[in-house]
Amino acid sequence: MAKIVAGISTSHVPAVGHAVDSGRTQDEYWKPMFDGYEFSKQWVKDNPADVDIIVYNDHASYFGMDIMPTFAMGIAEKYNICDEGYGPRPIPVVEGHAELGTHLAASLILDDFDMTVLNKLDVDHGLTVPLSLMYGTPDKWPTKVIPLPVNVVMNPQPSGERCLALGKAIRDAVENFDGDLKVRIWGTGGMSHQIQGARAGLINLPWDIQFMDDLVNDPETLQYKPHLEFMIEAGSEGVELIMWLIMRGALGDKVNEVYRFNHVPASNTSVGHLILTPKED
Amino acid sequence: MKPNFEQYKDIPGTTIYTIELARKGFQLNEFCMSLRTQENRERFHADEHAYLDEWDMTEEQKQAVLDRDFQRMIDLGGNVYFLSKIFAAEGMSYVQAVSTMTDQTLEEYQAMMLAGGRSPDGWRSKKERGEA
Repeated sequence: MAKIVAGISTSHVPAVGHAVDSGRTQDEYWKPMFDGYEFSKQWVKDNPADVDIIVYNDHASYFGMDIMPTFAMGIAEKYNICDEGYGPRPIPVVEGHAELGTHLAASLILDDFDMTVLNKLDVDHGLTVPLSLMYGTPDKWPTKVIPLPVNVVMNPQPSGERCLALGKAIRDAVENFDGDLKVRIWGTGGMSHQIQGARAGLINLPWDIQFMDDLVNDPETLQYKPHLEFMIEAGSEGVELIMWLIMRGALGDKVNEVYRFNHVPASNTSVGHLILTPKED
Repeated sequence: MKPNFEQYKDIPGTTIYTIELARKGFQLNEFCMSLRTQENRERFHADEHAYLDEWDMTEEQKQAVLDRDFQRMIDLGGNVYFLSKIFAAEGMSYVQAVSTMTDQTLEEYQAMMLAGGRSPDGWRSKKERGEA
């Protein structure tokens, strides 16, 4: 059977992609942040997987407001890179796992999660910056990817409860797949940041650290945190953190915290990163 | 569950992009989406008025784009991820564009970020700030 072997959460700041693409990761500004991912780059090499399910949000790069799916799943063989206004990032095309993606989408719909099915999708920095952070600059990404876009841009966003429950359903669906695959799930976005209005630049590191603690140890309580609290305490764009609950739900009741990293700032954002593994009973 | 969009209006200096606001800004945001191709970016930059007239936007929305007044665009239903297509096409970073919506200069904003960002203290409620 297929199995969820790890969860990875990380911010997905677009400027981080620029830093990678323009070879500036060792600049004074960027080095401390990239250094924080060195452990993780080695860890994913030492603990390989076949497929990465990447929970992320599109930033008006593929989805406009003509169609705005709350939860969607890519079931294609490959995903091209979006032009976000300055040409596509110069990175490899993202290869999909159509067979597992199809199985997951079908299983989730049957379990009452009304996924939008994507046979075509271009992916933006929300998905590709985490790939760059974990895998660097390879000629080809080392895993197949199943994109899982979530609407966190337009309010109402899905509730925290729904996100955690979706993660749990993903875990069941992966385990019901008739194939021997190691699967990781990534929750991306956050942490605290606000990129609009007079309050722009908001950062709340103590809140971010508490969110990480609760995500690891007490997701059953964390799921009820209202969106309003995310907005007030972690900024209007901090609500992206609900995507980390999907990752957490897929890891089971107890987890091992393999690694944690925080860094302020990257561009306008508080960067946070976790590696978690399911704790076997 | 009945939506409660009012609850977001007490957050100072913040516009929550609701489904209601998204209706108001639909054409503005559609225009932004069109800038995802080099061909359209070139056409827009060659004659901004003519390009904007191809969209069913209000005159206020068009003027805000011509003025590069990002706060005004957000007030009129724009969302920053859409608006990023305008500033990215001009080589402007999020930090540069975002700082224009604050009362700080770019240099002051960058210094604030390097020093740990804007504390939420004093920025949680308009009522607390005497703004409402």
